[in-house]
Amino acid sequence: MQGYILKRVLIAVFTIFAVLTVVFFVFRLGPADPVSVMLPPNATPQDAENLTKKFGLDQPLGIQYVNYLKNASQGDFGASFRFGEPALRVVFERFPATLKLGMVAFTVSVIIGLAIGIYSAVKPDSIVDRFGRVTALAGMSLPSFWVGVMLILFFGVTMRWLPIAGRGTLLHYVMPAFCLSLYPIALITRLSRSSMLDALKSDYVVMARIKGVPEFYVILLHAFKNASIPVITVIFGVLSGLMLGSTVVVEYIFSWPGIGRLVMESYFARDYPVVQVFVIFVTFVVVTLNLIVDIIYAYIDPRIRYQ
Amino acid sequence: MSLEAGNDCRSDIRSKRLYNSGKKLSFSSIISKKKRKDAKRRGGVRLPYIGLFCLGLFFTAVIFANVIAPYDPYEGDLFSTTIPPVWEEDGSWEHILGTDMLGRDVLSRIIHGSRMSLMISVGCILFYGSLGVVLGLISGFRGGRTDMIIMRVADLWLSLPGIIVLFMLASVYGPSATTIIITFGIMGWPGYARIVRGECLSLKQRDFVRLARVAGCSKLRIMFSHILPNVVNTIIIMATIDIGGIIVLTATMSFLGLGTQPPSCDWGLMLAEGRQYITYAWWLVTFPGLAIVITVLGFNLTGDWLREVMDPKQKLR
Repeated sequence: MQGYILKRVLIAVFTIFAVLTVVFFVFRLGPADPVSVMLPPNATPQDAENLTKKFGLDQPLGIQYVNYLKNASQGDFGASFRFGEPALRVVFERFPATLKLGMVAFTVSVIIGLAIGIYSAVKPDSIVDRFGRVTALAGMSLPSFWVGVMLILFFGVTMRWLPIAGRGTLLHYVMPAFCLSLYPIALITRLSRSSMLDALKSDYVVMARIKGVPEFYVILLHAFKNASIPVITVIFGVLSGLMLGSTVVVEYIFSWPGIGRLVMESYFARDYPVVQVFVIFVTFVVVTLNLIVDIIYAYIDPRIRYQ
Repeated sequence: MSLEAGNDCRSDIRSKRLYNSGKKLSFSSIISKKKRKDAKRRGGVRLPYIGLFCLGLFFTAVIFANVIAPYDPYEGDLFSTTIPPVWEEDGSWEHILGTDMLGRDVLSRIIHGSRMSLMISVGCILFYGSLGVVLGLISGFRGGRTDMIIMRVADLWLSLPGIIVLFMLASVYGPSATTIIITFGIMGWPGYARIVRGECLSLKQRDFVRLARVAGCSKLRIMFSHILPNVVNTIIIMATIDIGGIIVLTATMSFLGLGTQPPSCDWGLMLAEGRQYITYAWWLVTFPGLAIVITVLGFNLTGDWLREVMDPKQKLR
């Protein structure tokens, strides 16, 4: 078990290192010269030279890379052009808002997705099953940004029931959270339904029923525990990436003051250090969550440890 | 119900349970079950009529865009801006779905937009599909260290959210349709590589591959003219299922301003432009979105059907 965890941790560390490297080379070797981007339009060549020196851009690429890694290991990714503060701090300041919204959407989608998925596997062709199938299809086919705009149009502009932008009261959460959880609900419903159907067909479930285990326990303890491995993958691994990715869209639509909106603003303002930190930060979160998932796996299914 | 092959035991238990619990099956559910059973007995799955209809609309728009679009999608008329659709009070039959703030006909732009979305999504799929297939073939066929390295990289890749890579590339190289295609091309291959690798591993053991080896075929030849044709089915199914998701993603990128740039007709871009006028021109944000939904629905339904027909063993995810 310890060997397994150690291996996973090493892989995670290597992933982050690789991403740091890729980020460095993409931003440095791209056609956009950072100095000319940072300078105001009326700058003199002297200004450009000073700035180049200040950021160490006149040094060879190898030395720049080593310096970059050294600074990165101390959490220093340069200062934001717009705010003048360290880019990492700027991202951290905006992260709680994203986290709150993400957690609300996450909880909603896990509860609804699992409930519909399990119920429709237990009672195929029931009303819930059909509703679930339609929901899953809708969640897969409706683009979240369009759903967001339509919600704003209907509940915000026409009916004036819900606030359309910003954050503050609980009502502010309704539309963004709905928008954000639509796709995950579809994913979880589909997956938990199909893996529960498989589990319910299996011999151990039949055996449990023959033994006279109450149906409720058969479903939750015997079937669901075995069906949960693929479901957990989706719930944690993919979902975390999805939420961090799709928050960009949802925060942009609903003017939610989280990191998704921050990165959009920074992108349009050409505030590269912030974009760079965002990329690294999100990768870090995703890799950490994947690591946790891998370890959870090993606890649930001991066979995985020995592969 | 108990006739379903393979799980008599389970369904017996279930039907008894249903019987004992005194619940009645509703009439409609019996009908639909019978229909589905009939379809199963005939050895097929019912055609996805809705999906095919949606796809029909989409491809009609793509192929005959120049013929059926009533106006030039790029040419505006500043005397007829933001005309509502025909059934609204001020609407007219001249512009069925109304016009936008530059007086361009919404219907024409949507019809021409279908070309853009097909072009980008097919571009993405071709790019990463071929990358994934080649890497998967090499990985599955060579095995050993090559296999390990490719699969490790694939694992690593899967843990990166695509939108973030797009941010990186778009901020360095500028937003455009090409940037989108390249991003998804770089990001999408691991899924294909894994599937192709799996298939390749089992195909490698088959007699025809051994025979080819005995006959002295080169490795490249075995990979591309013996194994590849046997994976094509799977690839086609995967591509059909993927294309819906890709259309949504690329439209999202254009909506955020990371993809195609004005004045091109792209559904996501149209939505982004219409968003500023949402308070008084609802049709500008509604119809491009509906176009996306119809297209994606068509591809998703048809893709699911294709999977069930061509690959019955693999169930819906």
